[in-house]
Amino acid sequence: MELYRAHVLICGGTGCTSSGSQTLIHTFEKELKKQGIENEVKLVKTGCFGLCEAGPIVIVYPEGTFYSHIKVEDISRITEEHLLKGIIVKDLLYKDVIHEDQILPIDEIDFYKKQKRIALKNCGAINPENIEEYIAYDGYKALGKVLTEMTPEDVINTIKKSGLRGRGGGGFPSGIKWEFTYKAEGDIKYVACNADEGDPGAFMDRSVLEGDPHTVLEAMAIAGYAVGSNQGYIYIRAEYPIAVHRLEIAIKQAREYGLLGKNIFGTGFSFDVEIRLGAGAFVCGEETALLNSIEGKRGMPRPRPPFPAIKGLWGKPTLLNNVETYANITQIILNGPEWFASMGTEKSKGTKVFALGGKINNTGLVEIPMGTTLREVIYEIGGGIPNGKKFKAVQTGGPSGGCITAEYLDTPIDYDNLIELGSMMGSGGMIIMDEDNCMVDIARFFLDFTVDESCGKCPPCRIGTKRMLEILEKITSGKGELEDIDKLERLADSIKVSSLCGLGQTAPNPVLSTLRYFRHEYEAHVKEKRCPAGVCKDLLSYNVDSDLCKKCGICAKKCPEGCIDGIKGKEVYKIDTKKCIKCGACMDACPFKAISKK
Amino acid sequence: MIESVLTKENFDNLEQIIRENKHKKGALMPILNEAQKIFGCVPMEVQKKISENLDIPLAEIYGVVTFYSQFTLQPKGKYAIGVCLGTACYVKGAQQVVERIKRELNIEVGETTPDGKFTLDATRCIGACGLAPVMTVNDDVYGRLVEKDIPDIIKKY
Amino acid sequence: MMKSLDELAKIREQARKKVDIRDSKHGIKIVVGMDTCGISAGARPVLLELVAEVQKRNLNDVSVVQTGCIGVCRLEPMIEVYKEGEEKVTYVEITAEKARRIIEEHIVNGKIVDEYTIGAIE
Repeated sequence: MELYRAHVLICGGTGCTSSGSQTLIHTFEKELKKQGIENEVKLVKTGCFGLCEAGPIVIVYPEGTFYSHIKVEDISRITEEHLLKGIIVKDLLYKDVIHEDQILPIDEIDFYKKQKRIALKNCGAINPENIEEYIAYDGYKALGKVLTEMTPEDVINTIKKSGLRGRGGGGFPSGIKWEFTYKAEGDIKYVACNADEGDPGAFMDRSVLEGDPHTVLEAMAIAGYAVGSNQGYIYIRAEYPIAVHRLEIAIKQAREYGLLGKNIFGTGFSFDVEIRLGAGAFVCGEETALLNSIEGKRGMPRPRPPFPAIKGLWGKPTLLNNVETYANITQIILNGPEWFASMGTEKSKGTKVFALGGKINNTGLVEIPMGTTLREVIYEIGGGIPNGKKFKAVQTGGPSGGCITAEYLDTPIDYDNLIELGSMMGSGGMIIMDEDNCMVDIARFFLDFTVDESCGKCPPCRIGTKRMLEILEKITSGKGELEDIDKLERLADSIKVSSLCGLGQTAPNPVLSTLRYFRHEYEAHVKEKRCPAGVCKDLLSYNVDSDLCKKCGICAKKCPEGCIDGIKGKEVYKIDTKKCIKCGACMDACPFKAISKK
Repeated sequence: MIESVLTKENFDNLEQIIRENKHKKGALMPILNEAQKIFGCVPMEVQKKISENLDIPLAEIYGVVTFYSQFTLQPKGKYAIGVCLGTACYVKGAQQVVERIKRELNIEVGETTPDGKFTLDATRCIGACGLAPVMTVNDDVYGRLVEKDIPDIIKKY
Repeated sequence: MMKSLDELAKIREQARKKVDIRDSKHGIKIVVGMDTCGISAGARPVLLELVAEVQKRNLNDVSVVQTGCIGVCRLEPMIEVYKEGEEKVTYVEITAEKARRIIEEHIVNGKIVDEYTIGAIE
């Protein structure tokens, strides 16, 4: 048997891989060999630990020591000091680990303390490319239980009782969806997994697939048993190569172990899974568009009803859930629906994973019980806003959601509360904005996104969002008129009610919610031709403060347009605002901070 | 430029892929994904080949190819620069990064430099939000960018 | 190819041992002094023996960790045993063989091996 006295876990999620964790693994291999301890210390490449801000992350067990921002040159020290001699390399520890001179284990750090990891249970704890590690952490036990002790009705009732709601955005009760598919008539049924995570800024589904792919496969098999299906499809974005790769490995291993395929556990139940890649269309995250795409067509939504549960893939009843929803299933089966329902609020049970991003100290993935307040997430787990800036708003629900302001920070997070605030849960992106972000520009950013991603099938979305974007561009370029704001609102309302699918129906949300809370910013752009946050270029001008200018001429040298004039040492420099392209190079270059934008 | 990718070898590979996938349900998407990898694009000639083999009208295939942003009709430059314009990156200044690259290379988003070296794309979230703002050059990832980093990065290629 | 739940349980048992080290434990902690002096005095075989013995006996609540210099270099290799609610016990001049006995008598049967403790030697 393999015998190791220490395990070194290195994050192999996309975030850490992008900052070089693969090179770290190679360097560790070399260093361990050099010290002759390669047979005593095991290197494990895991999924995402969640605290992406601190990446690349290295954790050493049995102590549970949490090293952050590790560079190649740090590895020889960790090997020599910690792994060989047992002395923790203090200056490489994550900053919050040292508390009153004590080194805290990883689960007691502020970032993790308030979290409750169910969907992310195994992420960062196991090697996702090794099915045995998954099995060690109770993997495929739930499938075994379902196949030998439960009827399909039992499974569906368990899911219903747990109160689990779809984690992809809409929040539809999962158990009811399962029941619909179960009751639908059809000789063949399908189980599909929506891994087309399109919300720009949300990456929990990717992390689950990268860190714990088997939990999704196991849950799909359970779902297959419950609704009466033998074939599953995972539709995943092609932009997630690591996740695709790990899924492929997981499927292969599960087949080898007989956990996918024919006659699983000798019970006569057969189930297999195929991967289908997307090709860069946001609308394919919409369930009917996704089905079209799997069928090899343009990914355009179909009118509903009929819902996929009745007429889905190739016209057959199809159960479609998102990755995070599936990631809760095995835990609900193993721990019981009461356990799951004991967490959360009255109508939103369990936990939700959020991707914290934007202007926040601890960028990363957090999983919290429903009902946790936004303030707890942003300030206690997220560590607040960097650089002493002021919090302005938090955007949830991506292009379908909206902004929430400081006065609502104590709202407990659940599906219904967020909708009441004019936003939505969405897939769980949570982007924090500070005083330097212009809310009109953010609305324009999201509209730009939806216009680009609108599939073009229905006119309200195809034409309406385009008109909205034009109005927003007019406003941000300083040509807005007061009636434009009213026009925006009217358009938004009619697009909402008349679009075919979720993309169009929710596309106006970013505009409506910023209008609701930041109308004054819109008015400043329109009435005063001013961008209060200093973002909208056309409303800005760069100027040299003649009192602060030391006549060094560095700004003129940096200017790509050659529009700064002056005489070195003799004459204060001046920017020709007509020719200026507002790139900001001069402002960055000025050693005396004499250049400002207004 | 197209001719250079339409080699016999590439078409042989395509045929192999078509053979492997032909009997799958909904085979078109997997085949197009592979074709994009093999040729670096899915030009008309390739679409025709797929149409003949799968017995799907060319018009339908063209419709699918032009619907998805990952399928292109023209080959990309040697180095594909992708600047992530996901929300997290945008909030942290990805737009300035795009502007700077446009200036440095003198091309617009979606264009290729005349020498065929660089293509600039604004991409959707690549999921490295912890490193925002992020850009990729082929498989290399650059994170926590500021505008000033751009010239040095481009010089490396 | 797995054909029954029992087989799954068996694989789980085996795999469990390999990842056990990553769970936070609240039971017994055995700390091995592993600074340069400890290592040169032979702490590594002791450490490996402890890990092997703990795994062999399936002692799930026992963790073996290293630390730096414990301080009495001439008595290295040293190990310390922390049991919840009990005084720490320090063993000195440990060999692989002695380590095995400590596991058997102290850890499993709860009887301190007096003759190896620092009190007995000093």
